[in-house]
Amino acid sequence: MTQPLLELDRLSISYRTRRGAVPAVVDVSLSLNPGESLGLVGESGCGKSTIAFGIMRWLAGRGQIVGGRVLFEGRDMATMSPAELRHVRGKRIAMVFQEAMSALNPCLTIGAQLTEVLRFHEDVVGPEAERRAKTMLSEVRIPDPDRVYRAFPHEISGGQQQRVVIAMALLANPALLLLDEPTTGLDVTVEASVVKLIAEVSRRFGTSLLYISHNLALISRVCERIAVMYAGEIVEEGPTRRILTAPIHPYTRGLIACLPESGADKVARPLAPIPGQIPAPWERPAGCFFMPRCAYAVPGRCDVAHPPLIDDGTGAQVRCVRADEIGPERVAGVAGQPPAAAEGISVAVDNLSKDYKITPPGLRGLLPFAEPLRIRANDHLTFNAEAGRTLAIVGESGCGKSTFARILTGLERATGGKVEVAGADLGQLSVIDRSRDQLRALQMVFQNPDETLNPSYKVGRQIARVAKRLLSLGRKERAQRVQDLFAEIRLPPGIADRKPRHLSGGQKQRIAIARAFVGRPDIVVADEPVSALDVSVRAAVTQLLMEIQRAHGTTLILISHDLALVRYVADTVVVMYLGQVMEAGSTNQVFSGPHHPYTELLLKAQPKLDNDQGLDAPVEGETPSPLDPPKGCPFHTRCPRKVGTICEAARPPEQVTPAGHRMACHIPMADLARVQEKELT
Amino acid sequence: MARLIAQRLFNSAVSIALVSIVLFLIFEISPETVAADALGQYSTREQRDLWLAANGYFEPLHVRFLDWARRCLTGEFGNSRLYNAPVSTVLGPRLAASGILAACFFAILIPLSLSLGVFAGMKEGSKLDRGISLLSILTTSVPPFASAVLLAAIFVFGLGLLPGTSSMIDGFRWKELVMPVAVLLLYDFGYLTRITRASMADVMQTAYIRTAALKGLPDWWIILRHALRNALIPPFTVIMLQINWLIGGVVVVEFFFAYKGFGSLILEASLTHDLFLLQACTAVSVLIAVGTQTIADIGYGLLNPRIRVAR
Amino acid sequence: MTDVAATQKKVTLLSLLRESPILVAGLSILGFWMLVAIFAPLIAPFGPNQNLVPMAPPGSRTPDGRLMLLGADHLGRDVLSRIIYGGRTVLTYAPLATLCAYSVGVTLGLIAGYKGKWVDELLSRFADLVLAFPVIVLYIVIIQKFGASGLNILVAVTLASSPGIMRLVRGVVLDLRTRAYVSAAQMRGESTFYVMFVEILPNARGPLIVDACLRLGYVTITIGTLGFLGLGIPPPTPDWGSMINESRHFAMVFPHMAVFPCLAVSSLVLAFNLIADGLRELSLAD
Repeated sequence: MTQPLLELDRLSISYRTRRGAVPAVVDVSLSLNPGESLGLVGESGCGKSTIAFGIMRWLAGRGQIVGGRVLFEGRDMATMSPAELRHVRGKRIAMVFQEAMSALNPCLTIGAQLTEVLRFHEDVVGPEAERRAKTMLSEVRIPDPDRVYRAFPHEISGGQQQRVVIAMALLANPALLLLDEPTTGLDVTVEASVVKLIAEVSRRFGTSLLYISHNLALISRVCERIAVMYAGEIVEEGPTRRILTAPIHPYTRGLIACLPESGADKVARPLAPIPGQIPAPWERPAGCFFMPRCAYAVPGRCDVAHPPLIDDGTGAQVRCVRADEIGPERVAGVAGQPPAAAEGISVAVDNLSKDYKITPPGLRGLLPFAEPLRIRANDHLTFNAEAGRTLAIVGESGCGKSTFARILTGLERATGGKVEVAGADLGQLSVIDRSRDQLRALQMVFQNPDETLNPSYKVGRQIARVAKRLLSLGRKERAQRVQDLFAEIRLPPGIADRKPRHLSGGQKQRIAIARAFVGRPDIVVADEPVSALDVSVRAAVTQLLMEIQRAHGTTLILISHDLALVRYVADTVVVMYLGQVMEAGSTNQVFSGPHHPYTELLLKAQPKLDNDQGLDAPVEGETPSPLDPPKGCPFHTRCPRKVGTICEAARPPEQVTPAGHRMACHIPMADLARVQEKELT
Repeated sequence: MARLIAQRLFNSAVSIALVSIVLFLIFEISPETVAADALGQYSTREQRDLWLAANGYFEPLHVRFLDWARRCLTGEFGNSRLYNAPVSTVLGPRLAASGILAACFFAILIPLSLSLGVFAGMKEGSKLDRGISLLSILTTSVPPFASAVLLAAIFVFGLGLLPGTSSMIDGFRWKELVMPVAVLLLYDFGYLTRITRASMADVMQTAYIRTAALKGLPDWWIILRHALRNALIPPFTVIMLQINWLIGGVVVVEFFFAYKGFGSLILEASLTHDLFLLQACTAVSVLIAVGTQTIADIGYGLLNPRIRVAR
Repeated sequence: MTDVAATQKKVTLLSLLRESPILVAGLSILGFWMLVAIFAPLIAPFGPNQNLVPMAPPGSRTPDGRLMLLGADHLGRDVLSRIIYGGRTVLTYAPLATLCAYSVGVTLGLIAGYKGKWVDELLSRFADLVLAFPVIVLYIVIIQKFGASGLNILVAVTLASSPGIMRLVRGVVLDLRTRAYVSAAQMRGESTFYVMFVEILPNARGPLIVDACLRLGYVTITIGTLGFLGLGIPPPTPDWGSMINESRHFAMVFPHMAVFPCLAVSSLVLAFNLIADGLRELSLAD
């Protein structure tokens, strides 16, 4: 048997805080063979990043290894001298972080940051180092290595920055690559290509991978084995296929049941949220850490002793005393309901456009009457939202979906076109000009739970204030309304007396939903309402939003980049790219095809659990700058189905089927259907 | 970059133009006071009117302003009543004297503060850091006028080591410069040290320093190549803006030690109502302040590549 | 880390001492001077302008045998009593001036940051204009034009400090106004005034409180400096800066007359700086 490359032996790491030592990682044992790839999955605060820094022995500030060992190539890293440690870091183990932008020094060129690795690990300097750095840049599929080599980090795109960081990590040809959420913050298509690159290069260089992520689907694309972490410890570990298809630990089951399955909608397979939230380290129960949230828990067994990690005989390990007893059935979700019947048009968007003016760069911008540059954030949008149903607007960052939300809610003014709600054009009507009833009728749920509530006031007061402004309720009625709403969002009323910083992200987002629904609005705009939440909480909040929308008969406009979520929640879908509508139709039409080539790309890039094509990832390339959008069809620069110069020259015509499926493409829809059908078989 | 420089220069020009209008309004809005200041308290009404007519004070306001601005630009500030000489001849040697003082001050301040700050910030929370931080907070709390008195009490009165005045009556003597420079340093080095320390400590916390360390680079390389340049951007700006503050300290110090510099001149001009002298001093000090501000802005752009391209 | 603060114990002096000894030290010194200022008539052995024995050295006695602990100045006034009463002056004018500067600076900063566009352009330009003057020159010019008095000092400090405060507030507001809770407030039809003062301002308090403490120290220095240069609150009001000014000619022979006021003003400035530092330390630890 070969010696494992990396072995964690009952590793425990704690942070010193004002409330004493807080255990972040508890008794974690793992081993990784040369060339193997292991995924470490878990939600925020489960200790997965701490493990990575523990391995590197870089526990900045208050972290401390309080037990166990880290063996690298058989050597205990604790016994290494600083010089040996330096040799291991970068040379034998390299690390790729999330947010490449902050991982790169803003004041040094990419080239300087690459070659210094060679200087200290390989003793290579000068032209030879430059040559090797540039070779590595092309290895990570950077199209223009010479330019990027000389560039500063801020001069290249986010996707390229992450590639640079990967190139930097691979330069000294390390044996082990630690990846800590390497694609967080990137668009799905870019994410897909970065993940593909990681899998490719690790195979080519024979590098072992320890891939840390909250995204089970993403990890399953790259890793042979998966370890699931919960509250600082490993709860289940085993081969990827086995974890995904036959999970045993209730938490793993829960995680998988939380993810909208590709191809399923809310009727076919409802989401099954995990109730509750991850306990803080000082609130962990005495027995099984997961017990308070576990559907299979049995009092008297699960809360007695902390369960050990047991080998189940198939090369996997599970930390559950009932592992042999609980059957293979899925966690049942709440049954979904068929889409509501449309009751007419609630929001009619007609040729809506929004330009932002920016001063041109360079000396020209200083001239007093210089023609300002225009960024067209919304370009002649036309679509309708049906009353009482859910319309989703999807697209990658910079596609203009949030700009539309801000125009509809009156936080921005349109440059042209109309948005009609209840007979009035709201496009030019900013919040200050709207009547109280117009304000009441249209509310919003925002993206970031940490910014959505005012940190200075108790949450109950913030909801009551809305009731006062929009409904003119008296003091008593306001208190009643707050209580009713808290019941509706299933939060204990005591929460009303807390300030936002004492609430979890999920709780804050629930309150944000309650706030939007205080005035019984006709329309609610939800801008990425769950994207900042943990997976297990996400499902519950999504469910809540859908329920409350249905109960109030509200029109919901959901802005999201997450196709799985959209497919699950929406009745109709609009797909946007660079400010334009690419495709629109019912959820069924958009997801079952024929697809617009851009929608097709998005669908392919979407990480899926049951993805057997695995790494058949989409085309390279990134969204062009909206400052200089492509002529003709905006998507032609990345389109895999581009038919010729017509795509570059003319704006594509809009095709509409009798059933109302719309698409802007030069290829006839029938032809698209044919090719896409063929590729599938 | 060219845009940045052009923009900053343009902004400074606008600032100076606006300031000059304000100055003109403050000093010249009422000709009566000007005449009284120019001819002295005991001049008669007729004398003042004659003087005003002779100097074009009965012209419309904008004509007067343009004429005044032209004289400012060409350095014809008029005569100093106090010194009974053209203002420019009074001003020159005084500026030079203060320049010497400032040069000595910066020559010691910059290496001292930057190195102390960098050492403190390198390892946040260490004993060295706490010591340096405490020392700087203590010294910044002593106002220059207080430290002047205290230092004089110790080194002049108590130990008799140094001269108590720096009037340089017997020609230039380095010994007389020691006290003024020491007072300025005592108050200011703490501030710059703290800025440098905070900036260095921030940089040491950043993800790119972590990246550098996890790339296995040696510590000296990380500090010199990755940390220093980023950490010195804020202190650089502060050093430049110090000049604005320095004028304040210089007034106090020159006043206390009777040093014949620009600071004591401006105070004398104010206390004796020597209008033209005060006008000239104010104009010069604004020019210095705006100029250093501009240099700070442009330098910031040069040091920080993100600004250089993005704006 | 959701529930850290919820379960946190009440802040006691002891826990504060453990968290930030610097803050406690600063508060103690400030508390001392405040007590001294409030109870000045009870504590001071003599009246501030009572003429006793000119140039009496520290520890000497008046003819009727009363102790002059810190001696007397050139007019025979008891230095200790003048320092005690001088504490009243500085602890009245420094907070008052800072408060004025803050009222103006915060309001303008909120307007500039929240309104943006030409309003911001105009206000920022104006701030640049004031900031183009070296502070001391501004004071000298104002005092020269309008004369030295308590009120003029307030005006001068407000004019000189508010642009800096405005810039600080404006920067914080530019960041805060993009928060979703501000949009939410706009979407329920709140007035501009409400959004600025109720939704935004309370969340800017962290950096503002720290800055206010530093600025209190700085204003104390400024008032002292003006007194020292002879531009301060006119005599015979006991004022630390003026005391140093009046006695500086005798400082080489009778340093006690100047040294003790120097120590007083330095300790007060130190208190403000320590408090600012301690508060910053606490806010970073959270």
